[in-house]
Amino acid sequence: MQPFQPVLLEAVGIPDGHGLASYRSRGGYAPLEHVLRDKKPADVIETVKASGLRGRGGAGFPTGLKWTFLPKDHPGPIYLCVNADESEPGTFNNRILMEDDPHQVLEGIVLSAFATRASTAYIYLRYEYPRSWHRLQGAIDEAYAAGLLGRRILGSDFSLDVHLHRGAAAYICGEETGLIESLEGKRAWPRIKPPFPAIEGLFRKPTVVNNIETMACVAQIFRRGVEWFRSIGVPADPANPRDPGSYGPKLYCLSGHVERPGCYEAPLGITARQLIDHHGGGVWKGRKAKAVIPGGISMGLMTEAELDTPLDFAGPGKVGCLGLGTAAVVVIDDATSIVDVLHNSARFFAHESCGQCTPCREGTSWSLRILERIRAGKGRLADLDLLLEMGNTMGMMPGSTICGLADGAAWPMKNAIKKFRGEFEDYIRRTNPSGWMVTDPVPALQIVGAH
Amino acid sequence: MIAPPVPQRKVLTDDMVARIEALAPRYPDRRALTLPALHIVNAELRHVPLEAVVEIAAVLGLAPAEVQDTLTFYQFFHQDKPHGKVRVFVCRSISCALRGGDELLTGVCGKFGIEPYGTTVDGELTIEPAECLGACDFAPCMLANDDLLRNMTPETAAAELVKPRARAT
Repeated sequence: MQPFQPVLLEAVGIPDGHGLASYRSRGGYAPLEHVLRDKKPADVIETVKASGLRGRGGAGFPTGLKWTFLPKDHPGPIYLCVNADESEPGTFNNRILMEDDPHQVLEGIVLSAFATRASTAYIYLRYEYPRSWHRLQGAIDEAYAAGLLGRRILGSDFSLDVHLHRGAAAYICGEETGLIESLEGKRAWPRIKPPFPAIEGLFRKPTVVNNIETMACVAQIFRRGVEWFRSIGVPADPANPRDPGSYGPKLYCLSGHVERPGCYEAPLGITARQLIDHHGGGVWKGRKAKAVIPGGISMGLMTEAELDTPLDFAGPGKVGCLGLGTAAVVVIDDATSIVDVLHNSARFFAHESCGQCTPCREGTSWSLRILERIRAGKGRLADLDLLLEMGNTMGMMPGSTICGLADGAAWPMKNAIKKFRGEFEDYIRRTNPSGWMVTDPVPALQIVGAH
Repeated sequence: MIAPPVPQRKVLTDDMVARIEALAPRYPDRRALTLPALHIVNAELRHVPLEAVVEIAAVLGLAPAEVQDTLTFYQFFHQDKPHGKVRVFVCRSISCALRGGDELLTGVCGKFGIEPYGTTVDGELTIEPAECLGACDFAPCMLANDDLLRNMTPETAAAELVKPRARAT
């Protein structure tokens, strides 16, 4: 493999790399000074559009294009919400960026706020990241003292306040309108769109929601240039006019059954196998992979035979996964029961469904109860089709829910049962020799109280 | 119109109210202070009793039901009784589970003689399962107040959890 010099992770391992002095010594904030002196917001938007940067939070929507959806000549205020609610199982790159290089994130925030004419930015940080909280707050304080935040930044006409806002351990707050509702002090129930946040978002004002890693990429695009960014990754498919390409470096979070779990920076388009073998030191204990999650648990599962799939925005979809997601790659070895993996996934989504849409609330909780029954030795082959039926009908894609949480719950279910059906059937036959063929309705294991 | 009586505060201290008010300029709407206020009270009292909800609502100009609605949504703030001085979250999501997360939760609870979600009789320790803590590079992991404990076993975790720890912020 070609050697690749980390950029987003350049501060990792540098003593006091999280401080302002270190960040400046690496060239940080010089691009901001240049932009505030010589550029207009429209120039910044054009640069980010030209770079091809796509949002790193999961959906992969082109960042510059998202910014252009804001109304023109709006009297304000316009808000920037930075999504640091990183909660997708397997994902931890935002944590590393906030802890080890918070000024890189802040410079990206100031540049993005300038581009979108936002005068207030809120960083919505998940509760479980106390170290990120302290590091970010320390960096914000340093930035205010150095004139990099607050009134008339670096002597320009641009002013920006950045506030940290702490969540309370709910996955749904990572959904952008759930985040907005939570920030407003309400339960984090996602909103029906349209109106999109760009038109009516936080406090009913135009709002942009961007991920922490996206902010770090914006900072690097202004330090190293559009050409540099576009020289990395996978170009747009000329045969597909709707493909915006997968440009730039990406932080891949590698975990599970590998020798060296960690956050690795690589060009978009590295394959899962390269990531596992080259960076992760291979599957642990000399075993083979049975399955690999390509981008957080909601993206589904790849089989061992699919590991040469490039992990760019278009890759995982070609093998039936939901997408690249957060690029959190979780390796599952061949000694692990796929029934246990799906049960773990179902438990997560049943716990994290916000309860607003019935197909998701009931679908996630009933799929968990069915999987608990299967694991208790009372499974029936008919259950697999029942799970698939639920997986095919709950979510934004079939049109039954407001947000994508249910799609994320459905995908591992559909992938696991379609790609590993033989293992599920063997498990059910082995553990329920007298009842695996029954198709009558079965009572639940326990009486479940009403919500 | 007769102004509603100003309730005498019994749970929220002047200091708590001052800290809530200090955040008010950050938001154009006082309802956005709900989560920060709940965190301020919870950090001190280790729970948010219903009386505190009523008093927070009065401070923010909201109906108590609005604050209670938000509080209960998160399942994060204990209401009936305080959690332990050290609150422990043991990750049970996929990356930790693949490396022994479920066994870690059961094992460490057993070492302290409590069930998951339980508190030791001396009130020192509460252990709860948690969804992904975002530290999958150190699986299985747990959070003890502000400290991330990495690559734990029931034995190493039990040794860590008897050490004194800073209060959660």
